[in-house]
Amino acid sequence: MRHKTFFWFILPTAMAMLLFIAFPIISVLLQSVYAPHPAVLIKVETCTPLVGCTEETTIDQEATRELRKAEPLGRFVGLDIFFDRGHLALKEVNEIFTNSDSWTNTFDRLANLPFYRAMGFTLTFTFLVTPFVLIIGFCVALMVNALHARLKGIVIFFSLLPFVVTPLIGALVLFWMIDSRGILGNAVQWLAGDPNLSLKASTSLMWFALIIYGIWHAAPFAFVIFYAGLQTLPADQIEAAQLDGASRWQQIRYVVIPHLMPLITFVALIQLMDNFRVFEPIVGFNASAHATSLSWFIFNDLGGETRQFSAASASSVLTIMGVSVLLFPVLIRTWRDFQRKA
Amino acid sequence: MGSTIQRRPLSLKILIYLFATIWLLVSAFPFLWTVWGSFKVELDFFSISDWTFALFGDRTIAEYGRPFTGAGYDGAWISNEFWRNSLNTFIICFFVVCTSLTIGTLGGYALSRSNYSYTFWLLVIALIFRAMPPITLVAGYMLPFFEWNVWGLLPTTIIVLVAINQPFTLWMLHSFFQNIPKELDESAKVDGCTQFGAFRYVIIPAMWPGVITTGLFSFLLAYNDFAVTSMLLSEENRTMVPAIAAFLGTTYTEGNVMFAVAAVVSTTVPLFILVMFFQKQIVSGLTAGAVKG
Repeated sequence: MRHKTFFWFILPTAMAMLLFIAFPIISVLLQSVYAPHPAVLIKVETCTPLVGCTEETTIDQEATRELRKAEPLGRFVGLDIFFDRGHLALKEVNEIFTNSDSWTNTFDRLANLPFYRAMGFTLTFTFLVTPFVLIIGFCVALMVNALHARLKGIVIFFSLLPFVVTPLIGALVLFWMIDSRGILGNAVQWLAGDPNLSLKASTSLMWFALIIYGIWHAAPFAFVIFYAGLQTLPADQIEAAQLDGASRWQQIRYVVIPHLMPLITFVALIQLMDNFRVFEPIVGFNASAHATSLSWFIFNDLGGETRQFSAASASSVLTIMGVSVLLFPVLIRTWRDFQRKA
Repeated sequence: MGSTIQRRPLSLKILIYLFATIWLLVSAFPFLWTVWGSFKVELDFFSISDWTFALFGDRTIAEYGRPFTGAGYDGAWISNEFWRNSLNTFIICFFVVCTSLTIGTLGGYALSRSNYSYTFWLLVIALIFRAMPPITLVAGYMLPFFEWNVWGLLPTTIIVLVAINQPFTLWMLHSFFQNIPKELDESAKVDGCTQFGAFRYVIIPAMWPGVITTGLFSFLLAYNDFAVTSMLLSEENRTMVPAIAAFLGTTYTEGNVMFAVAAVVSTTVPLFILVMFFQKQIVSGLTAGAVKG
């Protein structure tokens, strides 16, 4: 295709991505180094006879508004927002590392800093959910593959639901069941013999529930892809393995898994990136007292009466950096693919 | 030689069917439970005193004289005007899917027919954009949108969702168009068509399976979005998912949880129907990316 034709074909989509993805990233970068203007203060001297003169400091509403209107971005503060207590908290972290006596103490104190708290949960979630999704997805794929042909369709239909359904809704549906008043929460209280056991009261239980949600939501994705991979399994290799007297487990270990390996890497990479943005379950489970994620952290700053754009932008930039680390292996893979084709 | 399928011992068969039953329960039961419970009163839905209330609706009978009630739906759809939110959702989904497919097919087609290295770099940039969590971009939208006075409007959100959708749409359609032989449009061009003519008369008739699959995923993205829509829409333009989140804020205090339950079930129904009719396309769309990537 000639350059000119290509240009006209790609123009609308390229414009959309340039204006609404690339520019916002620049805008986020800019906003993260500007802080809102502080209110303009003026000193007013009021003199009353007999009492004398008092000097009062008040906010000059008009001047503040003027200033904010003239420079909507705010004042340039460099990397200050990144290093403040709400983000990387360099001062506090330095203090924690010099003054704490044990590792647990260090972690406890780090977990009190909002950004590290969010990052801690996000990373735990990402690196716990991903392997479980792979394992469960793989088992379900093997299981469905062994089912009677008529049953397969039904099982695939119901398996898709947790993945296709709106994440917030999926989270709510689960939450209403495992809440202390819900059927599963009730059953767990009864089994444990502890009527006070409740998600709302226990941080570790909340983390556990969120991770269960993550696995429940994403396992169908892994399952569908592995199941499709199983359909292309070369029959002659399995037959050869059987002739050599390989057990079922050995067939899976030495024929099926190597055959699915490219798909396993694909699912793992996609899952790492997707789990890193965990957000809706925290809203659905009403979990922010026990667990926050980086996405929730940004959302929280943006919402409400005080929209803290600078703080949210700084967290966004840090989150994007985190995503880039996870994205790196994907890019290398795409580059290799391209080289192979070229 | 023996058959390709080894006979399974009975114990393995039992294990497989047991696992299948558990898996079905895990994936489907929460939805069935919620649908069933949505026709009950709150004390039955959250039955602390006796869990069988949730099944037979004792409290619902005490209050309404029959085991099922539409009170939750009535409260959500009529008193809280959930119909407005569902209307907004369908307006947004319709325009997002149409726009995103129109510009996506043009772009995806061009990417699949050009061999210069810039196509690779465009695809890589799209991949990077796909990896961005949408919420990180929202901070970048809000200040300019407030300045230009376009915050809170449906068209603004539609354009943003279209853009967020593009990277995925481009990848899907690009790999789909690569499977349509190049010789088709080459021969059309030999017959005197322009590139666009070849696209119009040769490619468009052959592209519908791929476009439908991609369209389904665009629809799901727009329908399921919470981060962008809840931040960029004003209260009267809210779609269903942020509306449910807003219900939650008020209902836990006012004791109207059943409104939220009814709204949740109502929002799930279209998705349920979608999966029922388009199961094949969804599965093939999910696997297309994996097999090629």
